[in-house]
Amino acid sequence: MRLWKSKTSRQNLITLASVMIVFSVFFVLNNNGVLSRSLSGQLIPICVYIIMALSLNLTVGILGELSLGHAGFMSVGAFSGVIAVSFLGNYIGNPILLMVVAIIIGGLLAALTGFLIGIPVLRLRGDYLAIVTLAFGEIIKNILNCLYITIDDAGHLHAAMFDSSSLPGKFIINGPQGAKIPARLSTFGLGFVLVMIVLIIIMNFVHSKEGRAIKAIRDNSIAAESVGLNITAYKMKAFVISAAMAGMAGVLFAMNYSAIEAKKFNFNTSISVLVMVVLGGMGNLRGSIIAAIILTVLPELLRGFDDYRMLIYALVLILVMVLGSNVRFQQFKISISKKMKGIFKRKEAASK
Amino acid sequence: MAFLSNLINGLSLGSIYAIIALGYTMVYGIAKMLNFAHGDVIMIGAYVSFVSIYSLGTPPLLALLIAMCVCTILGVVIERLAYRPLRSAASLAVLITAIGVSYLLQNIALLLWTANTKVYPSIVEFEPLHFGGLTITGETIVSILACIVIMVGLTLFTGKTKTGKAMRAVSENRQAAELMGISVNRTITITFAIGSALAAVAGVLYCSMYPVLIPTTGSIPGIKAFTAAVLGGIGSIPGTLVGGLLLGIIEIFGKAYINQELSDAIVFAVLIIILLVKPNGLMGKKVTEKV
Repeated sequence: MRLWKSKTSRQNLITLASVMIVFSVFFVLNNNGVLSRSLSGQLIPICVYIIMALSLNLTVGILGELSLGHAGFMSVGAFSGVIAVSFLGNYIGNPILLMVVAIIIGGLLAALTGFLIGIPVLRLRGDYLAIVTLAFGEIIKNILNCLYITIDDAGHLHAAMFDSSSLPGKFIINGPQGAKIPARLSTFGLGFVLVMIVLIIIMNFVHSKEGRAIKAIRDNSIAAESVGLNITAYKMKAFVISAAMAGMAGVLFAMNYSAIEAKKFNFNTSISVLVMVVLGGMGNLRGSIIAAIILTVLPELLRGFDDYRMLIYALVLILVMVLGSNVRFQQFKISISKKMKGIFKRKEAASK
Repeated sequence: MAFLSNLINGLSLGSIYAIIALGYTMVYGIAKMLNFAHGDVIMIGAYVSFVSIYSLGTPPLLALLIAMCVCTILGVVIERLAYRPLRSAASLAVLITAIGVSYLLQNIALLLWTANTKVYPSIVEFEPLHFGGLTITGETIVSILACIVIMVGLTLFTGKTKTGKAMRAVSENRQAAELMGISVNRTITITFAIGSALAAVAGVLYCSMYPVLIPTTGSIPGIKAFTAAVLGGIGSIPGTLVGGLLLGIIEIFGKAYINQELSDAIVFAVLIIILLVKPNGLMGKKVTEKV
């Protein structure tokens, strides 16, 4: 019961439990065929975007550095996952084991990319850091667009840039046409487990020694440095973890389709994940999860208003931001919530 | 000869980037915000001039003027409705709002003019010039000239006029400027008006050169021009010119000599290298941090 006494642990347990309950409900509904086709098709993307939003929240909300290239890590994970599945498919028969291995490989390669990018990026500050992450996201997309990888009959991989004419065997990645996925291995169950793992890792990380150091760096980097924290090392840790998680989400995302293109992981994808983080609240994990679910399902629900869908989305975005920083609206919100609390208290008192 | 013609193409593309980048750099310098919707104002400018030439039958120069007026009003309205309420909010909230405005403009364009590609007619009616084997198109000459005129005009404006000085004062220190009796809100509105009018010019020139007009036409040149602004040192007018021209030349040379697909990656790689050596851009001011 010691866990229950600390406020943060209690909050974390509530978050974990509610995620588990919501997902189990979806799981049961999906298995019994209650969910509509379009909604059950959204289950894996929901898991993907929850992981993306949680991992970006680590960089933007907890580390406090604006990253506009998060989709780049996702694409590294997605493409290396596809290669891993195509290559290891001959050796590993069990699809779940194959997928787990692919997710680990995707995560590791995305972490490596994050480390290499982090060396130059984390030396910069503020808006300059943001524009460089944007630049890296675009560079990754462009490089993947020129990459050709094939697998021959003996199971060897061959790679080339720009020109595919000399490559033997079947294409795994075919330049701008993207990657062919050998089998759709993603399942909702796997996505759910991955969401839980990511959530537990981030929660523990935030409340560990490292997490406290990172929050200190966010709030005042000079003060943090003067008490002896190694700023670069801590920033790098958060950045690499965030990249690795985005890579894992990328594998899950790719294996849900029969083909993916590098174009899909563009600036707009990075931005829509950022919107989830900001709408959910910076540094607020529960908020990120809720925002990710709503913003992934919302476009599906608005299918009927196809032409006006993005228009509504844009207007809502602007309104939420403008009202969110409007003093009068905030006061109104506080007074409403006080009144609501008052009602509940009276009811409690009456029931006693 | 191919080298020279690539260089000239690079200069003219760079001039357009520089004109767009001015909008980014002025807004960033004065309002300290990344205006991601700037690229879409370019697109609106291009559409308005297209409609004016095709449906109203106006001469190109009048179409340009109409586009500038519409974009100026649009810029001021956006600033008034979306950005001014967020003047004291966190910078990330402003950024997300700007992205929202960008989506909004793209979708309004989608509803008004559909997603079908429009082939933009060039507004330049000069014959191309020939020097031996070298051909210089009218668009090239006009965009380079426009860039020079705008740069000189804007340098004089910020240096000599009262409003221009107020703009510099606000970008230097907003509170001190306010204490000196400068209306910060009015100055920011004027900045948005000028930036948006320039965006219209850039939109018309860009589409004259690359005649494909769709609702997302503005986003790629927008991001590149923003890169140019950062490259040259955001907030500095001569830096914008240098950054824009450099970016245009690198892009054209990358396309010609390295790889068509990879030219954007090269542009961004140069940006990263320059920021690592000079963290405030080529001609940006060094800001010392006080504890």
